[in-house]
This record gives sequence, structure tokens and C-alpha cells, in this order.
Amino acid sequence: MSQEVSVNPATAVLWDPSHSEHDMITTRTLGFWLYLLSDAMIVSSLFASYLVLDHRINTAGGPGPRDVIHPVTAFWGTVLLFSAILAYGAAMVGLKRGDRRIVLAGLGGALLLGGGFLLVEGRDFAQLALQGMVPERSGYLSAFYALVLYHGAHLVFGLLWIVVMMVQVVHIGLTPHVVYRLLNLKLFWFFQGFIWIYVFSFVYLAGAVHGH
Amino acid sequence: MLVSYPGPWTPFFGRLDAQQIPLQNPILFWTFVLVSLGGVAVLAAITYLRAWGSLWREWLTSVDHKKIGVMYCLLGIVMLFRGFIDGVMMRTQQAMAVGPRSPGYMGALHGYLPPYHFGQIYSAHGTIMILFAITPILVGLMNIIVPLQIGARDMAYPYLNAVSFWLTAAATGLVMISLFVGDFSHAGWVGLSPLTELAYSPGVGVDYWSWAVQIGSIATTLASINIIVTIIKMRAPGMTWTKMPIFCWTALSTSVVGLSSFPVFTAAVALLSLDRYAGTHFFTPGLGGNLMLYTDLFWIWGHPEVYYVILPAFGILSEIIPTFSEKPLFGYITMAVASIAIGGVSWSVWLHHFFTMGAGPGVNAFFSIASMLVGIPTGVKVFNWAFTLYRGRVRFDVPMLWALAALVLLLIGGLTGMMLAMPAINYTVHNSVFVVAHFHTMLNVVGFACFGAINYWFPKVFGFRLDERTGKRAFWFFSAGTFVLFGSMYALGFMGMPRRIDYIPFPSWRPLLIAEEVGIVLFVIASYYMIKQLVVSIRDRVQNRVTSSDVWGTARSLEWLTHSPVPFYNFAVQPHINARDEWAWRREHGRGAESPEHYEDIHLPINTPLPLILGAWTFALGFSLVWRMYWLAALSLIAIVVLVIARSFQDDPGHTVPGARIREIEASYRNGLEPAGAAGDGAGGPVAYPGAVASRPQDNVPARP
Repeated sequence: MSQEVSVNPATAVLWDPSHSEHDMITTRTLGFWLYLLSDAMIVSSLFASYLVLDHRINTAGGPGPRDVIHPVTAFWGTVLLFSAILAYGAAMVGLKRGDRRIVLAGLGGALLLGGGFLLVEGRDFAQLALQGMVPERSGYLSAFYALVLYHGAHLVFGLLWIVVMMVQVVHIGLTPHVVYRLLNLKLFWFFQGFIWIYVFSFVYLAGAVHGH
Repeated sequence: MLVSYPGPWTPFFGRLDAQQIPLQNPILFWTFVLVSLGGVAVLAAITYLRAWGSLWREWLTSVDHKKIGVMYCLLGIVMLFRGFIDGVMMRTQQAMAVGPRSPGYMGALHGYLPPYHFGQIYSAHGTIMILFAITPILVGLMNIIVPLQIGARDMAYPYLNAVSFWLTAAATGLVMISLFVGDFSHAGWVGLSPLTELAYSPGVGVDYWSWAVQIGSIATTLASINIIVTIIKMRAPGMTWTKMPIFCWTALSTSVVGLSSFPVFTAAVALLSLDRYAGTHFFTPGLGGNLMLYTDLFWIWGHPEVYYVILPAFGILSEIIPTFSEKPLFGYITMAVASIAIGGVSWSVWLHHFFTMGAGPGVNAFFSIASMLVGIPTGVKVFNWAFTLYRGRVRFDVPMLWALAALVLLLIGGLTGMMLAMPAINYTVHNSVFVVAHFHTMLNVVGFACFGAINYWFPKVFGFRLDERTGKRAFWFFSAGTFVLFGSMYALGFMGMPRRIDYIPFPSWRPLLIAEEVGIVLFVIASYYMIKQLVVSIRDRVQNRVTSSDVWGTARSLEWLTHSPVPFYNFAVQPHINARDEWAWRREHGRGAESPEHYEDIHLPINTPLPLILGAWTFALGFSLVWRMYWLAALSLIAIVVLVIARSFQDDPGHTVPGARIREIEASYRNGLEPAGAAGDGAGGPVAYPGAVASRPQDNVPARP
């Protein structure tokens, strides 16, 4: 096994004092990408559980997709959610320009629109609960609620994070540490949007069309 | 309440009351007494040595990858011992409870362990050995070695590294406290479904198991992220992918496996917890649940997990064997490709754990062939190691003995694994101790590699060698124990002995069960010599002191370039990488003794107690959920969220070590002295050694625009 060395051992450079600092922001965002990969594995597990339990036998004689899925309500929620993502995109434009007012306006818009989505979804679920369609009713409903509420939990944490970042943008300013957190939050916020695309397509639209 | 279970519940204490402390069981009572006395002795010793301050400043609050790695290894070794004692108890029960005439003691009809207690012991043994012993030891070794091998100052995220460790410690604490408060799961380390459901296991045992493994798997996921980013982003200049040491390749592959598989486990056990706490029906036999869904999700994690533990072991063998063969590793590229390939194939084999589910010949054939495919990259590795040995100048130091025995075990375990990969054979031996013997052979490969790694890298980390004579005795007794115990177990498996039984109805199996007990006695002797090795080595640490950086004289990779023990800054000046085995290349070209001309200031992160505090709150969260003290669970969760947010407001300013100080430390190393405050007791925070300049937090905050 040769060492594959092309340098002359007598004159080779042994030390590299200049190369000391790594780019902090890309290091942090790479780690956050990897975290999102692991989170995507949880989402896939929940999707797999939903697909396994989305069968007439798993409703245990109780309500099925046609009873619990309201695609029109979910559509209005989707509009709000994607507008929230658009608002976050506006905040990123402000970040590129270094304008804190645009950043704050974008974050505030994302906060309000994301909160609106939660209200729509919460109202929908409250009605289902009043009709006795709760997770304890059957395996199918357990999987349905787990999947949709896991996305909802992302939204709750995303909103909390947006509030924290608004405070940091105001009090700390756009320092490298705040910037990498804003970029990671962007990844997180878009990621919950991706989850919702799949939930809306495979749970709400497919359930409304093919519900057993 | 969403779910109903027997026993009282009060708002403040939840399900906890004084009767949950099992003092009436003599085994647990005496364990409790011994552990308490031991704990008091340790605390008294720390107080007597006035070590609380340095323990807190330099270890418990450390963000130094070497110290966190050492703490990981210590935690793993303590748990290895705990899991081993579970093994001793199981072997003894099975050697005693043979045949209808075998006597019973301490409330058991046969042997000395009632079935419920025996169930807890094998569940704890499996859970502890895989998740809280082997995994922390390997994560600890990767923590110590990977940054050194790639020439980095630290991991990519030193703070997150400490958080991962303290979350692992919290999970381990949950497993340990289940001994003395309540009980542990009796449903196997796999959480046999639907036995884990509340209707069939109404106690807190399954809850202890589920919260401990959920916290532990989150910690391992975070550690995997850290190692991947460290390898991608922190390699020294000149270290291209094909110049990276093989241990780093296996660490990368294993971390990708860990990152992508542990979340599935978290999800599976979280859904089980929803069943147990919120009354859902994911895995219940009635009301639309599907119990095979759990088994699938579990093994989608479970099989990648066994490669998660075997891959770093392969990396360790690839470091030890070339050093003691005095040759470069044979087939570097194929070794790296094989490491990644094993990680990839690990994803497509999970169903071989339940061929008997009856998924049909098509499905079984697919997973059978996929399982056999694993043999190809593993075979490549074995041949590469064999060719590395071929015509090498082989020395039989203690690490090499462990490594060579690991190869023999890998051959046996691999061949029996091929047998189990065939559904026709699998149907015959499913759920027999043949399976147990197979995976214990494989996990012993990991164990042998870990013991080899500890002997191999110990002088690098601590600056003195482990004792050779007691080390060899430990090795020979341990190997003899392995072959006697698991050889007998293979034979019993062919005879059809089922796994997990507390009573053996056939007296004809008695001789082999007694042979297994002989094997466990050999293990006990081996552990005596392991402890003695540590004690003797620490006693004789002055004679065993190593002064050269390359302790073994023939090592090859970059960690042997820096001093032993490794100074807190790892490398005084970042090395430039010219060759695949950089240290061997410098040594062979006569440039090993050169040191840098200029020393620059070094910037390091400061220590913080926050990871420890987060770990403590996580432990409180797990404990309160087990006992359904919902107020404490809510409080812990809020505390964790608030602490994480508060941390984001105070950025780590770090501290700077002046170049002049580095020059002093380097000079005293070259004079053969271990400089005060450079390694063992001085690494870390700004208070740990004189002359450090800590920048104040406000220095880092720029003016508002």
C-alpha cells in the first residue's frame, strides 16, 4: 500500500497556523440540516403508521377518514400556512439587506399567519372531539391525530422560536449568532411546510377521495 | 384520567408511595445497601481529597471532547459491570432451575429468581448492555479519537457534546433508579408487543424502560450529528477524504446510521407511551391497533443499531492491527467503501428478526438475500485485516490480543449469522438460544474491540500505560469464558432450548448449562483482573509514564503526533496533512521530531454547568413521567425550554490562551515533563490554569446599528 504521496518529504509543509477559524454559520446550518433529517425520519415513521392503520379494520367500527377529514377547512389552513412561509421568506429578504425592520415585519407576519393556522386546526379538532371522534376511539384515529398533531407541535415550537428571534433581533441585532439562528429557523419553518404538503396530500386529499 | 391502571394515584406523588421501594426482596435490599455504602465511600473520598472544586470545574462542567469522552467511557464501563451482574444472575438461575426436582429459594419455585424478577433481569441486561454500556463506550471513544485523528481542536459543537453526554447520563440514571424505586420492564429489551401495553404490564417497569430509551436515543442522535459535522467540517488542511483514518470512516458511517435510525426508535417508543398514557390504540390487540407495526418500527431501528455498534469496532480493529503488524492497513479504499456499504445495507434487513411472522416467501426471500449481502463487505474487511497481518512483524501486545480474538469471534458470529439469514434454518431456531449465542458472539466482537481500544489509547489520553501482565490475564480469562459460555449456548440452541426461560424442564441440558456457568465464572475472574489492571496501573503510574508521543512506536495516524497525555488544545499548531498515515509518514521520513516555529493564540470554548443542569431536569422529567407526577413533568419541561432559550441569549465568548503560554507548555513536554495544568487536571475553563485571558461576554456584542 503506497502512501500516494506526491509531495517531497524533505520540503513538505507540516504545520498550517493560518487555517484556524472555520465558518461558523455554515457549520451550524449543516448540523441543523442533519437534525431535520432525523426529524424527517420521525415523520416518516408516523406516516408509515398512518398508512398501516388507514384501513377499515383499524377504525374498529368507528369513524373513518370521510368522517374526520374536512378538506375544505384544511385548504384554508393550508393557505394560511403557506402565507406564513412566504412571510418568513420576506424576512430573509430583509436579512440579506441587513434591514431589521423588514426582518421583524416578516417574522411578525409568519407569527400571525402561523397562529391563524393553529386556530383553524384547533377549531376543527375541537368539533371532532365534541362528536366523540377522539384518538382513544380506534387505531385509525390514533394514527390520524398523531400525524397531524406532530405537525402542529412543530408549528407551536416554530412560533415560540419566532418570538425568541424577534426579541433577539431587537435586542442583540443581526450578529452572526442571530443570523445563523434565523437561517436555522428558516429551515425549520420550511420543513414544517413540507410536512404539511404531505399531510394535506396523503391524509386530507387522498382521504377525501378514497376514504374507506 | 385517560387510562386506568391499578393502584392509588395522588396529585403530588402520582403513583409513587413508600411501598414501591422493594426492601422486602433480599437481593435488592443488599444491592441497595452495597450501592449506598459505595456511594457514601466515593462521596467521602472526594470530600477527603478536597476534589469537589476541581471535579466540578474540570469534569462536570467541561466541554472538552477528551474529558466528555472519558466520562462517556466511565459511564459505559460502570453500566457494563451492572449488565454483567445481570448476566451472572441469569446464568446462575438457569444452572440451578433444571428439572422438576430442583430446589427453590427466596420465594421461587425453582432456582432463586421468581419468573417476574427473572423477566426484569433479562430485560435490563439487554437494554443496559446495548444502549447504556456499549453505545456510551463507543460514543466516548469516537469523542476522544475522531477530533485527534482529523487534527481538530474539538468537536464541531462542544456544548452540544456535553448536552448529549448528560442526557445519556440522565437516561442511565433512570435505569439505575428503577432497581430501588419501583421495578423495571419485564418485556425484553425489544419491548415485546403487546406485552408492553398497559393492560398487560400495568406497573411502572415498562415506563422506566420506555422513557430511559427515548432520552438515550435522543442523546445518541445528537451525538451522531456532532460527529458527522466534525468529520465533514473540521478536518485539518490537506486531509482529503482518502487521507482520513479508517476509524473516522467507520465513525462517519456509524453516525449516519445512528442519525437516521434512532429517530425511528424514538417514534416507536413514543407511540407506545401514547398508548400507555393517552389511551390510544397503535399497538393494542383490539380497537384497531396493529402490534406487528411496533415490531417493524422497532427493528427498522434495531438492526441498524447493531451495525451502529459494530462499525466503530471495525474501525478500532483497523487501527490496532496495522500498528502491531508494523505495516500500513491493506486495502484502504475497499475498507472505507465496505464501512459505508455495511451502513447502507443495514437498512434493508430488519425483517430477518421475524421471518416467522409469515410475511410470505417473496418478502422473506428479499430480506434473506439482503441479510446475506452484509457478508460481502464484512468479508472484504476480514480479508483486508488478514492481508495486513500477512508478512507483517506481528507483536502480541494486549490491544493486539483483543483484536485478533475479535477476528476469530467475527468469523464464528458471521457464519452463524449467515445461517440465521436463511428463513428455512431461521424457522427451526427462531427464539432459541442459538440466536442469543449468535448475537452475543457479535456483541463480544464489539466488546473485545472496546477492551483493545481502551488498552491501545489509554496512554495517549492519560500519559501512562495500562499494566501488561494483568491485562493479558484478563484477556485470556475473558476469551476462555466467551468460548466456553457461548460454545455451550450454540449447542443448547441446536437442542432447541428457548430463550428467556427461568425454568428448564429437561435435566439432559444440565451439563451444558453448568458449562455456561463455568464460562461465567471465567468472566468473573477476567473482571477481577480488569479491575486489578486499572488499580495496578494507577499505582505504578510513575513507572508506566510514557514520554514519547507515539507510545507503541509503530502507530500510524494523527493522534500519535501530539503529546501524551494530550494537552487541552490537542495540537499547538494545526498540522498540515501530507499523507494517508500522516504520523507514520513523518516518522519514516525523519520529520517526526519537528515542532512548529511559531505559536499563535488559541481560542477555546468556556466550560458551562448548563448541560449538567439540563441533564438533571431531563432526569426529573423522565422520573415524573414514570410515576405520573404530572405537575413535576410540566415543570421540568418548562425548565428545559426556558434554559435552552436563556442559553441562546448568552453566546459563548470563549477564552484565549496566549501563544507564549502554549510555547511554555510545549517546551516542558519536549523536556519529558508533564507540565502542570496542561492535561489531566488543567484542561478546560479559564480558571483551570494560570495565564488564561477570558474575554468578557459583552466584548462579543456588537454595537446596535
